[in-house]
Amino acid sequence: MAVRITSPAFKANAKRALADKPLQASMRNFEANFIGRRKAAAERLPEFDALREAARDIKTHTLTYLDLYLRAFEDKVVKAGGHVHWAATAEDARTIVLDICQKLGAKTATKGKSMISEEIGLNEHLEANGIAPVETDLGEYIIQLRGEMPSHIIAPAVHLTRSQVEADFRRAHSHLPGDRNLDEAATMLAEARGILRERFLAADVGITGANFLIAETGTSVIVTNEGNGDLTQTLPKAHIVLASIEKVVPTLEDATTLLRVLARSATGQEQAVYTTFSTGPRRASDPDGPEEYHVVLLDNGRTALLGTPLQPVLRCIRCGACYNHCPVYQRIGGHAYGWVYGGPVGSVLTPTLIGIDQAGHLPNASTFCGRCEEVCPVHIPLPAMMRYWREQQFNQNLTPKVERHGLSVFAFLAQRGWLYRPLGRLAAATMRFLAFGRGRLGWLPFAGGWTSQRDLPAPAGSTFQAAWKKHVKARRRAAR
Amino acid sequence: MSSETPTPPRVGLFVTCLVDLMRPKVGFAAAKLLEDAGCTVEVPPQTCCGQPAFNSGDRATARGLAKQAIETFEPYDYVVVPSGSCAGMMKTHYVELFDHQHDHAWLPRAKAFSDKVFELTSFLVDVLKVERIRAIYDGTVTYHDGCSGLRELGVKQQPRRLLGHVIGLTVAEMADAEACCGFGGTFCVKYPEISGAIVERKVAAIAATGAPQVLSGDLGCLLNIAGRITRDGKPIQARHVAEMLAGMGHEPGIGEPDRS
Repeated sequence: MAVRITSPAFKANAKRALADKPLQASMRNFEANFIGRRKAAAERLPEFDALREAARDIKTHTLTYLDLYLRAFEDKVVKAGGHVHWAATAEDARTIVLDICQKLGAKTATKGKSMISEEIGLNEHLEANGIAPVETDLGEYIIQLRGEMPSHIIAPAVHLTRSQVEADFRRAHSHLPGDRNLDEAATMLAEARGILRERFLAADVGITGANFLIAETGTSVIVTNEGNGDLTQTLPKAHIVLASIEKVVPTLEDATTLLRVLARSATGQEQAVYTTFSTGPRRASDPDGPEEYHVVLLDNGRTALLGTPLQPVLRCIRCGACYNHCPVYQRIGGHAYGWVYGGPVGSVLTPTLIGIDQAGHLPNASTFCGRCEEVCPVHIPLPAMMRYWREQQFNQNLTPKVERHGLSVFAFLAQRGWLYRPLGRLAAATMRFLAFGRGRLGWLPFAGGWTSQRDLPAPAGSTFQAAWKKHVKARRRAAR
Repeated sequence: MSSETPTPPRVGLFVTCLVDLMRPKVGFAAAKLLEDAGCTVEVPPQTCCGQPAFNSGDRATARGLAKQAIETFEPYDYVVVPSGSCAGMMKTHYVELFDHQHDHAWLPRAKAFSDKVFELTSFLVDVLKVERIRAIYDGTVTYHDGCSGLRELGVKQQPRRLLGHVIGLTVAEMADAEACCGFGGTFCVKYPEISGAIVERKVAAIAATGAPQVLSGDLGCLLNIAGRITRDGKPIQARHVAEMLAGMGHEPGIGEPDRS
C-alpha cells in the first residue's frame, strides 16, 4: 500500500490529537458549524426524510444489480467516445492512470478532490514517475503543501487553524512579497487561486473523482464549491475520472435525488455551488473540453462486500455527515484513524480495505451513540456494522486478552444469578467502604481507565435486589 | 376493589446492573412511580440484559442472557426499565439476536417480549398516559438525553412532559443536549482519554445553563457525568429523572456523601 497506515497506533494517535492545541481549536469551530447548518437545511425541506429514504432505495437497488448498471455505464461512455478501464486493485488503478499520462507525454496533472486517489496513493506514484500532481481543491492544496492526508472527506484541511495555513502559504509561496496581508480566509483563497490559475493552464491531464456515475447516459458528476473541478476537467487535453464501482446510479433522475440529500447532509447547502455533468470527450461542436475522456473504475475489495452484512456501507455517498456528528471524530480529528477514511464510515470501511488486524481499534473506538446512523442520508446502519467487526474480532480471537477474560468472567457470573447477586452485594459494600463516606472514589484498583478521567460515585452499600427483598418483607409484615 | 375495576397491569421491573449495584434509589423511585400510576410491581431475581457482551462481539453470551431475561419476565404484562440503554438492548436487539438463527422457538418469544419492554418515562407517558406527578421541586434542572433511549426508542419528550408536572420545576435546555456524554459502556474504560474529552465538553454545556442540577434517564451517563463534575469540583448535582419524579429531588445527588 502506497499510503502509510497508522491505524494500529490509534490510541497513541488519539492521545496526540487531544494534546494538539491548534487541532482542538479547529475542531471546536467546525462542530458548531456543520451540525447547525445541516439541521437548518433539513428543517427548510419538509420532504428531507422522504428524500433520504428514496436515496437509500436507489443505492440499495443499484447494488443489487451492480454488474448490469456498470456494463450499461461502460457502453454509454464508449458510445460517447470515452474509454472505461477496470481496475481490480489499487495497483491496477495507479498503473492505468500513469499509462494514460505517459502516452500523452504529460509533465503535470491537475487534480480535483478524489478520495479514491488518496486510497490508491496516486500522488506518490505519479511523482515517483516524473509527473507532478497538483491538487486544486483549496483544502487538498493546503494538505499537499504540508505533505499530509486529508482529515475529512469533504473538508480535507478542517483540522488546521487559519494561522497554520497562513504560515504554510508564506513558506510555500516564497516568491510573493513578505509583507502581503493574509489575515483573512478570502485573501488566502485569492492567493491560492492566483497560483493555481497557471497550473490549470499548463496541465496536460486533469484528474477528478466522481460523486456519481450515471448508467443511463454514461455521465460522471462532480460537485465542488470552488469551481476547481471544472477547470481541472475542461482545460487539459485529457480528463481522467477516478471512481469506485459503487458510485454508479441508474438514471439522471436518481442522480438528482442523491444530489438533493448530498449537499444538505454535508454542508447544509441546498446544492453545492458547482455541479458538473460530463459525458465523453469534447465533440466537434463543443467550444471547449478535453480531447480524451477516461473513466477508471476501481474495485479494490468492494465486490467482496456484496452479499455480506457489510454491503450497506457501499451506499455511502461521502457526505461526511457521520464524521461531523461523531463525538469521537469531533475530539480527535481524522488523522488519528490512521488511514484515508476516518469517522464512523471509516471505522466500517477501513477494516475491509486494509484488514481488521490492522484496523482493529476503529470499530471499537465508538460510543455507539447512534448519531452517525441518525444523520446518514442513505441510512447506513453504522453502529451495527461496527458491531459486526467486533464480532469478527471476537470470533477470530483478535479481541484484546484483558477484555476477553473480563468478558468470560462476566458471562460466567451473569448466567449464574445465585453467584452474581451475592458477589454484587459484596462489591457494592466494598466500594462503599473504600469511599470512606465521601460519596465517591478518586482511585480504584483495576478501574484506572475510569478514574483517570473522573471519580467513581460510590455505591449505596446494598444492592437494589437485596434492599427490595427487605422492603417487600417489611410491607407484608405491616399489612398483616 | 369492585369487580368492574380492571386488573392493574402487572409490571416486572428490570433494574439494570448499574442501578442494582450503584444506586438502588433509582429502582425504588421507579417502583414508586409505577405503583402511583396503578401498577403492581414485582422484581424477579435478575442479572444483566447482555448489552456488554453484545457490544463486545460476544453474541453467544448475549443470546444466553437474552434467553434468561425472556424466561424470567415472560409472566408479566410489561417489562419496565429505568434505562434507555438496557431497554433499547432488550426491545430492539433481542429480536436481532434470534433473527438470523434457525432457532424458531426463540424468535417469536423474543418478539413478544420486545413488544412489552419499555423505558420507564416512555411507559409512564406513552402507555399509562400519566398526567399527574406528585412531586414538588423548587428549582431549575437541565436534562441530558441518553443516546440509546433517544435514538433506539425515541425517548425525548416523555421525561420533559413528566418533569413539566413537577410543581416549581423549570427545565433549562443545554446546548446540544443530544450529544453523547462519552460513556459508551466499555468505551469509557477502553479509550479513557477520548471519553474524558467528550464528558468534559458535556459538563461544560451543563454548567453553561446555570442549572444547579442535571437529570438523565440512564445511570451509565449519570455516573460518567457526575464523576466528572465531582472531579472538577463543580457545584452541580446529578440524579436519575425517576428520583426527581418520585419526590427525591432534595436527597444527595450521585457522588455526594449519603450517610443513610
